Amino acid sequence: MYKAGSYDVIVIGAGHAGSEAALAAARMGCNTLLTTLNMDNIAMMPCNPAVGGPAKGHLVREIDALGGEMGINTDKTCIQMRMLNTGKGPAVHALRAQADKQLYHVSMKETVENQENLTVKQLLIDKILTSDDTVTGVQVETGEIYESKCIIIASGTYLRGKVILGELNYSGGPHGQRAAEKLSDSLKEIGVKLMRFKTGTPARVDRRTVDFSKMLIQPGDEDVHNFSFMSDIETREQIPCWLTYTNENTHEIIRSNLHRAPMYTGIIEGTGPRYCPSIEDKVVRFAEKTAHQLFVEPEGSHTNEMYVQGMSTSLPIDVQHAFLRTIPGLENVEIMRPGYAIEYDCVDPTQLKPSLEFKAIKGLFSAGQANGTSGYEEAAAQGLMAGINAARIIKAEQPFILTRAEAYIGVLIDDLVTKGTNEPYRMMTSRAEYRLILRQDNADLRLTDKGRQIGLVNDERYNRFVTKRDDIEKTLNLLSETMITPTAENQAKLAALGSAELRTGTTLYDLLRRTEINYDGLREQFGLPDISSAVKLQVEITVKYEGYIKKQIEQVERSAKLEAKMLPEDIDYSQIHGLAGEARQKLGKIRPISIGQAARISGVTPADISILMIYLEQERRKGEN
Amino acid sequence: MIQEDTISAVATAVGEGGIGIIRLSGSESIKIANKLFQGYRGKKAEQLESHKAAYGHIISLDNSVVDEVLLLVMKGPNSYTREDVVEIHCHGGPIPLRNILGLTLKAGARLAEPGEFTKRAFLNGRLDLTQAEAVIDVIRAKTDASLRMAVGNLSGQLSEKIRGLRNDILGMIAHLEAAIDFPEEDIEEIAAQDVEERVKVVRQAINYLLSTANTGRILREGLETVIIGKPNVGKSSLLNALLKEKRAIVTDIPGTTRDIIEEFVNIGGIPLKIIDTAGIRETDDVVEKIGVEKAKDFINRADLILMILDASKPLEEEDIEVLHLLKDKKAIILVNKSDLPTVINLNEIQDRLPGKTVLKISTIEGSGLSELEKIIADMVYGGQVQQSDGTFVNNVRQVELLRQTDNYLLEVLHTISAAMPPDCVVVDLRAAWDKLGEISGDTVGEDIIDQIFSQFCIGK
Repeated sequence: MYKAGSYDVIVIGAGHAGSEAALAAARMGCNTLLTTLNMDNIAMMPCNPAVGGPAKGHLVREIDALGGEMGINTDKTCIQMRMLNTGKGPAVHALRAQADKQLYHVSMKETVENQENLTVKQLLIDKILTSDDTVTGVQVETGEIYESKCIIIASGTYLRGKVILGELNYSGGPHGQRAAEKLSDSLKEIGVKLMRFKTGTPARVDRRTVDFSKMLIQPGDEDVHNFSFMSDIETREQIPCWLTYTNENTHEIIRSNLHRAPMYTGIIEGTGPRYCPSIEDKVVRFAEKTAHQLFVEPEGSHTNEMYVQGMSTSLPIDVQHAFLRTIPGLENVEIMRPGYAIEYDCVDPTQLKPSLEFKAIKGLFSAGQANGTSGYEEAAAQGLMAGINAARIIKAEQPFILTRAEAYIGVLIDDLVTKGTNEPYRMMTSRAEYRLILRQDNADLRLTDKGRQIGLVNDERYNRFVTKRDDIEKTLNLLSETMITPTAENQAKLAALGSAELRTGTTLYDLLRRTEINYDGLREQFGLPDISSAVKLQVEITVKYEGYIKKQIEQVERSAKLEAKMLPEDIDYSQIHGLAGEARQKLGKIRPISIGQAARISGVTPADISILMIYLEQERRKGEN
Repeated sequence: MIQEDTISAVATAVGEGGIGIIRLSGSESIKIANKLFQGYRGKKAEQLESHKAAYGHIISLDNSVVDEVLLLVMKGPNSYTREDVVEIHCHGGPIPLRNILGLTLKAGARLAEPGEFTKRAFLNGRLDLTQAEAVIDVIRAKTDASLRMAVGNLSGQLSEKIRGLRNDILGMIAHLEAAIDFPEEDIEEIAAQDVEERVKVVRQAINYLLSTANTGRILREGLETVIIGKPNVGKSSLLNALLKEKRAIVTDIPGTTRDIIEEFVNIGGIPLKIIDTAGIRETDDVVEKIGVEKAKDFINRADLILMILDASKPLEEEDIEVLHLLKDKKAIILVNKSDLPTVINLNEIQDRLPGKTVLKISTIEGSGLSELEKIIADMVYGGQVQQSDGTFVNNVRQVELLRQTDNYLLEVLHTISAAMPPDCVVVDLRAAWDKLGEISGDTVGEDIIDQIFSQFCIGK
């Protein structure tokens, strides 16, 4: 067999997970190969033209703080940004960008192609090669072999992908790409358990056939935002989106064609996500709703294609045309690409360790949609972590694992490997129990130090972070050290800020707690130094939400003790006296790394946890003897 | 589960008279005792010498005397758990024990999990390696028993009430969370004022439950005793005879006692919570079938079972089946209608249940009843029947959880009145929802997310 090359790490798939994985491994010094079945689909966005939103935007900021690429690439190429949820509290403020799909791809392609230690090749991988439950390399469809010590599967929706559009269905990936037909079998051969999921996308329509005068404009924010803590972009063209609604006529057309919907005819077998049902699904499940909203969003600045968000469908073309044309502004719409559904194989993520390495196969990792998630951001986050952990194996270092208290990335991966998922998993802020701590504004404060230790944070990023952290500390100290007494002069200053009079002396720190007072007000009245808006934001949140944040920090500290109690990898749960049958079976399957993780497995009771602790103590003492 | 917590529990079996002990263990135990104990000449717990009993009183938060006690401080590591341990020796009735246990919780202790003192003793090196398996058995057995009790002790009505309140809270959480996670969907935002109103309604209901706690069903502890038997065998008559009043409807028509009746009766100083069930009989009658299934449950969770057979009829297949269920239970077999000619084979019963008491009674004549009372009392004092900690502790536990739930809801109201945003409001709403779940035994799963998707239409 022809050996075409040898690498430390091979990444299969160059989507959002694969790109991050390959960049991380290469940047950490590993000789890395990134494979894609089409050089023109690197970091392709086959669904919505957007990055971010609640929880997803948080993930992007975390990826950035750890030295990933998604934030920087989005900032460089996006055509609109908005901060969502500004009225709902700092923990859930969420940045969302409209992406230029083509530019996003081009820019990421350029980045991966020029990365030191990284080789990019168009290859369709058919087979994972292993020896003694350890990966040795991959085999390409054309027969050649690439050797490697670690392999990261980032196969997205391409594993035995099947596109379904009305009565038509064929094997393939999204947007006319090829499917990876043989890799599934190879995975099964080495003992990997696969699931079958489904997702869908709406039609893309021709901008010139849309009447925007009948829709509501959705402009970007006037303030310019950036995802990356490194981006200094101050001006950006903001292309608007458009809002319109379906009506009873739309629903009637859909209802009378349900017999032709693959969802209901049984052609679709995969499990679809509840959070992005197709329009046919919405009309059936929420029959009482007389209108559903939809956004018409540009796919980029060099195309007339527009994405019809909210109208994901796999109904036949004639039905898609008919129902779209009942919608105000779309009366004469022409479809450029129809909506469709896609079914694909993915890995049951409970087979993975929290490092995203397979428990049973050394050196094999899996990330992104291949792990049953949904969304570019979820994929990128896992890709980054898989890339980091593959590199750490090469460098003989311990896995890098983020906890639920440290990052949304930690919540995401812990949920996947501990609980698994039975539908495409989407990140939501309500999944994070320590939401007030895991804000998008403090992702750098939470994670930059860690990124530095891993080796992904360069000097420039690190220095910027240290300056910011020091400024925050200095300002907080200044505020708590500055005492204001109830003099006539100070009372007048407070009146100017629209705030109540002082009764006794107080610090500026305590004054800042008042709802109506912000840092700029204090600065003007009490002559404080000017600070950057990022520092100001941290200071204000720290002071104003102190009580709530403290509560969550206490919760974290309590559970940290359980998280720190590690369970040995080779525990034989069937031999532990007293465990309940269900706990025995679940613990044996999930193989948690800590008591904390064990406690989150459904079916493992507090008594089982007590018994595990007794067992650990027993083993420890045996070790002493 | 968390080692550093200070835990508290009743260390003795619950019964009338005698001495009862509340035991605290953990770094805060002396501090907690300080808050509750007033010693002779005003001595505080922290001033007491280790391992010496001190006389004094337990004082409630409003400064009234709760009980006259002996306090024993045992400083770690010279204690059972190697932590600071405090024992409060009080009067043995359920009321002082309950009140004092409640006070320790209010003062900052956490109710101990089943077997937790023993677990700590082991983890802190007090017990040696050979005892590990025994420790595990204690945890396993006690937990299984108390889990059974925790859920079993909730009356259907109460658990329904709690689930209802929990659902109200879940509805609010899901609404707030949906608006947070899907800001671009047309989800009508829930106004802070609405949350405020709805939280107030939930608090009212919780406070009502708390106000009935001392007299109402949540706190009516007792030895859980179940009366089983086929229809018309005399279950209700026995209950009435024990109660010495007519409560359950007694007729000649089999299956008249459709509902399960709970009554309390004091036998030789032992509070018995007697549950009268519809007959155990495979039946097509839907109404009665529910009763039958419940009765089977009751057998599994009762402290004591009184099985009644009809002396005037031969043993039937189903009687034998039920007798079989009683093999490993604390049970007394009563052969009723001894006033009629005896047809039943008493020896066969005794053979099937060696060691169990088989007693002839007649509820009509009132014969055999005083013997029954004596047998029950002997079984309790002789240690054959021990009240599971569950029944008793569970009541205190429920009150404590309700109180904590109410505190969280109060925090929600503070958050709203301070004009804090929804992400802060949700923090305590979630905590309240979790606490109520601990009472009803409902575990936290994907409920919130399930609720969001079933309540709101969200799409891409």
